[in-house]
Amino acid sequence: MAIGNKTRDNLWTLITAPTIWGVHFLLCYGSVAYGCAPNENIFQTISGFRIFVGGLTAVALAAIGFVFMRALGEWRRNGGRIPHEEDSIEVRERFLEFSTVLLAGLSFIAVIYTALPAAMMVDCR
Amino acid sequence: MLVQRAAILVPGWPSSPQLPPARSSILLRPETRAVESLRPARHWLVVVCAGLAGCTSPQSALDPAGAEAQSVATLFWVMLVGAVVIWVAVIGLSVFATKIRPGAYGEKAGLRLIVWGGCVFPVVVLTALLVWGLQMMPVLRAEANGPTIAVSAERFWWRVAYGVEGEPGVAKSLPEGGVPSANEIWLPAGLRSEFLIGSPDVIHSLWIPSIAGKMDAIPGRVNRLVVEPTKPGVYNGVCAEFCGDAHAQMALRVVVVSPEEYEAYVARQGEPASVGADDEGYRRFMENGCDACHTVRGTAADGMVGPDLTHLASRRTIAAGTLPMSLENLASFVGFTHRVKPGVQMPSYGMLAEDEITAIAGWLETLK
Repeated sequence: MAIGNKTRDNLWTLITAPTIWGVHFLLCYGSVAYGCAPNENIFQTISGFRIFVGGLTAVALAAIGFVFMRALGEWRRNGGRIPHEEDSIEVRERFLEFSTVLLAGLSFIAVIYTALPAAMMVDCR
Repeated sequence: MLVQRAAILVPGWPSSPQLPPARSSILLRPETRAVESLRPARHWLVVVCAGLAGCTSPQSALDPAGAEAQSVATLFWVMLVGAVVIWVAVIGLSVFATKIRPGAYGEKAGLRLIVWGGCVFPVVVLTALLVWGLQMMPVLRAEANGPTIAVSAERFWWRVAYGVEGEPGVAKSLPEGGVPSANEIWLPAGLRSEFLIGSPDVIHSLWIPSIAGKMDAIPGRVNRLVVEPTKPGVYNGVCAEFCGDAHAQMALRVVVVSPEEYEAYVARQGEPASVGADDEGYRRFMENGCDACHTVRGTAADGMVGPDLTHLASRRTIAAGTLPMSLENLASFVGFTHRVKPGVQMPSYGMLAEDEITAIAGWLETLK
């Protein structure tokens, strides 16, 4: 049941952005570590993996951006106001939307920080 | 020198100058009052100078003698100054908001401050620092143009081999060969030397604070550290990862010299020991089984467990930086090994007669 909007927020919608961040982190580090193992040729370039990380980052940022805009839009359109301290389903929904906005913002920055080393490192060193 | 420094800092220390008893400044003439009011400032100056002097040492990352240590020191000072500025601004704002003009701004202005000052500003600063730090890394890990030196971190000393050929990587051990030595590493100034770092059993970490950052020594893999010492001198290195009983006494000396001196040193270290095998000390050394663990090239001693002693007396210290090299210290280390360095793997030879210990120490001292 939606309350004053299309999406019914819950814990799953709340953790979508941090989950994208986590999966992005795992794939970035895991793929480059796989490519460089056993790390004998340290000057071997990682161009292919950098392109992969770049593409993955773009997808992750777009997905997190979508979560951010969706939650922010619904929170604003439905008159969300902090602090969310009333004991009602409506306010609970606004609280979840607002928390989703904050977590999406954090995840967005974290994904950029995760990808920055791949933007600046060119080989397996 | 330490005693002198302590004398300045500790009031009542026997050699500290006697200050006149404190008097009320109201009773003094104006010029005397001015001098009196400077006194606390002068005391602070002494404390600050003494504190800063502590940063200057052969084991200080704030007294850099290498390219990487220089970068780290620059990063540290920039971050320290930045942190002080931010701290002063935050404390100033909180004093302003709670004491000077409480209630001057509404909740909306407060929220705006939190978003800009607490979210946007830190993100910008941290991103700038991250980018700055990341762009340093490839430069500091650039290809070496100097010698490759294998450093095996043992319990609790450093096995060194100059001029090895090998690559870093996992599931492997350090390359064999090279010119063996221990507990003292010589490096050519102005060249990027490559350390290949490993360990046979437990994890250690090699850290020469004045020259570069740390690198772990991990069993089953070979790590790589490129160092570029810039200033000739003698520096201290330490084990920076707790490894067991004698961890704190697992140090080394790093001697930075010109490339020519480095070449000559390694050539000297490659030579066998120039001592007669008919020496009394040598006979005692062999009789008591010291050769089971130690190698002295040019003699029958070829043990591989402990440090190579071929040119022991050319080093500055014994027992991995624990004692300065001298006849007395050699004798006390052989006789009272565990008192000098608790936890050391070498057994104590206190059961030997004193003249026997003296003979062994005397022979070891000839191994220049």
